[in-house]
Amino acid sequence: MITLVHFLTLAAILFTLGVLGIFINRKNVIVILMSIELILLSVNINLVAFSSYLNDIVGQVFALFVLTVAAAEAAIGLAILVIFFRNRGTILVEDINTMKG
Amino acid sequence: MPVETTASGIPIYAVPALGPALPEIIMAVGVLALVLYGALRGERSTGVVTAAAIALMAFTLGFVLTMPAETQITFADAFITDGFARFMKALVLIGAIVALAMSREHFRRAGIDRYEYPLLILLAAIGMMVMISANDLIALYLGLELQSLAAYVIASFHRDNARSTEAGLKYFVLGALASGMLLYGSSLVYGFTGSVSFPEIAAVLTEGANPGVIFGLVFIAAGLAFKVSAVPFHMWTPDVYQGAPTPVTAFFASAPKVAAMALAVRVFMGAFLTIVDQWQQIIVFIAVASMFLGAFAAIGQRDIKRLMAYSSIANIGFALLGLAAGTQQGVEAVLVYMAIYMVMTLGVFACILAMRRGGVELETIDDLAGTARTHPGFAFAMAMLMLSLAGIPPLAGFIGKYYAFWAAVEAGLVVFAVLGVIASVVGAYYYLRIAKIIYFDEPVGAYEPMPGFLRGVMAVSAVFTVGFWLVPAPLVAAAGVAARSLF
Repeated sequence: MITLVHFLTLAAILFTLGVLGIFINRKNVIVILMSIELILLSVNINLVAFSSYLNDIVGQVFALFVLTVAAAEAAIGLAILVIFFRNRGTILVEDINTMKG
Repeated sequence: MPVETTASGIPIYAVPALGPALPEIIMAVGVLALVLYGALRGERSTGVVTAAAIALMAFTLGFVLTMPAETQITFADAFITDGFARFMKALVLIGAIVALAMSREHFRRAGIDRYEYPLLILLAAIGMMVMISANDLIALYLGLELQSLAAYVIASFHRDNARSTEAGLKYFVLGALASGMLLYGSSLVYGFTGSVSFPEIAAVLTEGANPGVIFGLVFIAAGLAFKVSAVPFHMWTPDVYQGAPTPVTAFFASAPKVAAMALAVRVFMGAFLTIVDQWQQIIVFIAVASMFLGAFAAIGQRDIKRLMAYSSIANIGFALLGLAAGTQQGVEAVLVYMAIYMVMTLGVFACILAMRRGGVELETIDDLAGTARTHPGFAFAMAMLMLSLAGIPPLAGFIGKYYAFWAAVEAGLVVFAVLGVIASVVGAYYYLRIAKIIYFDEPVGAYEPMPGFLRGVMAVSAVFTVGFWLVPAPLVAAAGVAARSLF
């Protein structure tokens, strides 16, 4: 029997993986974009699981909004990444360092 | 809420009342029309679109000010207008109008005078207005994202400049992470209270909070702390402020800060007021940490935009102290503080935008050396704004801090108010150093003539800063009315 706790645990694991993906990753900005997507999808699992458990449709409406915003966010992230690559010729995380202090 | 159904059982939904959201609707329709106009006319349309965007925001500002002060709720409890929303929306619109008007000249000289910029400012302004009027977690998220997505783009608006694009990229990655945390917290709060609406969450929490809600609350606090750039989520601020084009930095430092603060007040005072003892320690910690980090990290800065970034972190700390009080007086302090902070910041950025010599933008504080002899008016305004940011009485900045500390003391946070005074004394060092550079260092040469509008912003801001203690009543009374509408 799969219960609410299973869904919440899965979402928590995915969320943690997403956050670690941003902080531990020292290679590539694309991987960071993927991690952000993972975080948003883990939230959606949470929302849909709660919605089904509470028998309340609002959670699923919220999940649909999150999906829409995630698409817009990915589009903007990639656009910024493209102009960054054009200027610097690299998207390595360690090269994002012209400003410090 | 029971829903009427037809004979065959299909629910009938009435169209929600649109009146309370009319300012946002006017802005949204206007921005769509301007997008079309810009797309059809191309680059030639920049002047018209900028003027139209300013006119649209000015019209909306007038509309917001004439709206009734009583509380109205619409869109199935998602959207609220009240005295608080009116006050904050007026501030945000003023900040956006001034920041946009200051940008034109600068962008023309930098060769990035494109019509998309006013449109993105408009979209960000709509997002901020939705944030201020949010009454449930979904409206909160959508408003915040509309503002943030526009902000990521304008941070990297100088797209051929390596620093500007790097600022945009950093802002995007950290901002998306913060949104993710806020959203994860929202999902937990929804799950453990069974509702996304702030009043219903507050009603459920009167019976005490379970660990799930507290967990969610911490994530929401982390997301909001990022948006107001409070410690420990402030890392993006110096880089984004330094890298973004200066008019964009002026915008980031003013209106979005006010809107994010309004959102924090809505969440903590609206949804979580009944569990104030659970979040008070969190807010107190980030407030005190922000004040001290802002004060100490700014000491070594030579770049004036970076210095203003640390200054804004410190200022947000003082405003958060008012929020931490968790009282009506505390909210009033936040409102007064944010209004004064916004006017001072816009004035300082008008001065920074005027720092040009030989067609080059000057960015370090040493470039201010000796301006007292070459530009006495500029020097006086800049020095007054710096002293005001330092909190020297009787300037406006002192009065804002006074309200925040007073609210904290009344709420029993005496130790933290004392820490705040210490942090503000430490911070005074670098503000006073700038005043010293302006007045006592050897001049290095004159600036280019200052454009008229910047001169106006600088003068109004300086007069406000110096003269506020003579007539504080209008602003303080308006803030009092706005704060009362929340309780």
